[in-house]
Amino acid sequence: MDPLWVPLALTLKVALWATAINLVLGVAVAFGLSRWRSHMREVVDSVLTLPLVLPPTVLGYYLLVLLGRRGTFGAWLDRLGIELVFTWQGAVIASTLVAFPLVQKAARAAFEAVDPQLEDAARVLGLGRAATFFRVSLPLASRGITAGALLAFARAMGEFGATLMIAGNLPGRTQTLSVAIYAAVQAGDDRSAGVMVAVTSIVCVVALLLAGWLAPDHLRKTRP
Amino acid sequence: MSVDVSIRKVLRSGDRHFELDVTFASNHRRIVLFGHSGAGKSQTLRAMAGLLTPDAGHVRVDGATLFDASAGVNLPPRERGVGYVFQDYALFPHLTVAQNIGFALEGGWLNPRRRARGERVRRWIDMFELGPVAESHPSRISGGQRQRVALARALVAEPRLVLLDEPFAALDPALRARMRSELCALQARLDLQMLVITHDPADVEALDGHTIELRDGRVVTTARL
Repeated sequence: MDPLWVPLALTLKVALWATAINLVLGVAVAFGLSRWRSHMREVVDSVLTLPLVLPPTVLGYYLLVLLGRRGTFGAWLDRLGIELVFTWQGAVIASTLVAFPLVQKAARAAFEAVDPQLEDAARVLGLGRAATFFRVSLPLASRGITAGALLAFARAMGEFGATLMIAGNLPGRTQTLSVAIYAAVQAGDDRSAGVMVAVTSIVCVVALLLAGWLAPDHLRKTRP
Repeated sequence: MSVDVSIRKVLRSGDRHFELDVTFASNHRRIVLFGHSGAGKSQTLRAMAGLLTPDAGHVRVDGATLFDASAGVNLPPRERGVGYVFQDYALFPHLTVAQNIGFALEGGWLNPRRRARGERVRRWIDMFELGPVAESHPSRISGGQRQRVALARALVAEPRLVLLDEPFAALDPALRARMRSELCALQARLDLQMLVITHDPADVEALDGHTIELRDGRVVTTARL
């Protein structure tokens, strides 16, 4: 048995799901915020940035209170037969929450950099708001969004605190790489810990290099 | 064949306050809105295209009511049948010349395919001699070509009226003279109903249409030069 592949596969699965969810959720919220004219906008933005600055254990605690069997939302989920605590789906929710601001902030900056005149041009040329979004705003913001998604993926790869709080440390079920590293060090298994540390580092460095390469200033040659 | 505009709009930006109160009517095929920058020309154009909703008044083109505050009519931009050529052309930087021209012919959530090129797109590419750059992106073509792409993109849907916002301002002087006569020739050949806004008296002279002068958001003179 190779103990490395089990947590690695689980971590990739969790990080990919968290990134995919954030691509829909973060992009939608970012577009809404970038077009919203209200004094409340920055307040909402600050609240949405909280996951970036709050300790992950605090986020994990909030999630437990919310999603645990006795939590408001958790009790309702329980009646539907959905259990999130101590499951890999719980780990996905933890990673999604922690990485959300990275996608949201990058996407909002990218949408704000889109020349509003191009959206006006699309509407005069016969497009409704949804078609304008998919044919003009989204493609023009796609580099910034992709860069944000890669950052979010790297962040989700390394998620520890919130994941441990809500998903626990069940080898083969919820034990992601970062949790497994902690467990290995606690057990004195420095060799396994070292291998897992190296793998995590490599995956994150590759994601960050890709994100830097896609960053807005780098490849803006398509703008006139 | 007429344009009948009467709009009022109070625009606020910070503590600045601008009142647009523009009324004019014309059945000339070439209408020129002339005035210095800040006179309200672009806002008038935006209101006609449906990008700005006036507080009161109406916009009628060829007898069709595009906007009428008292009757509660306010067609969205896509239902107005009005073409718009933006000052710096607003070509889509992520699409090729051919895709830009075919943009209005594709109604769904996907842009025109790069290779697929309908008969109408081909016709406009040929008419404006854009064949050699049809696969290029807007950042790779000259100023004159950009203007032609913007015109073709606006005309491909066969609008009843074309609005042009300072169409020559982005061009260098030598090209400007050529594009002026090119536009006039095109207007005559296709019998286009067009409304051009400009701050340049040389444009007014070259376009030789029904000139309406705006100052501080109001019409000051309306003359057939």
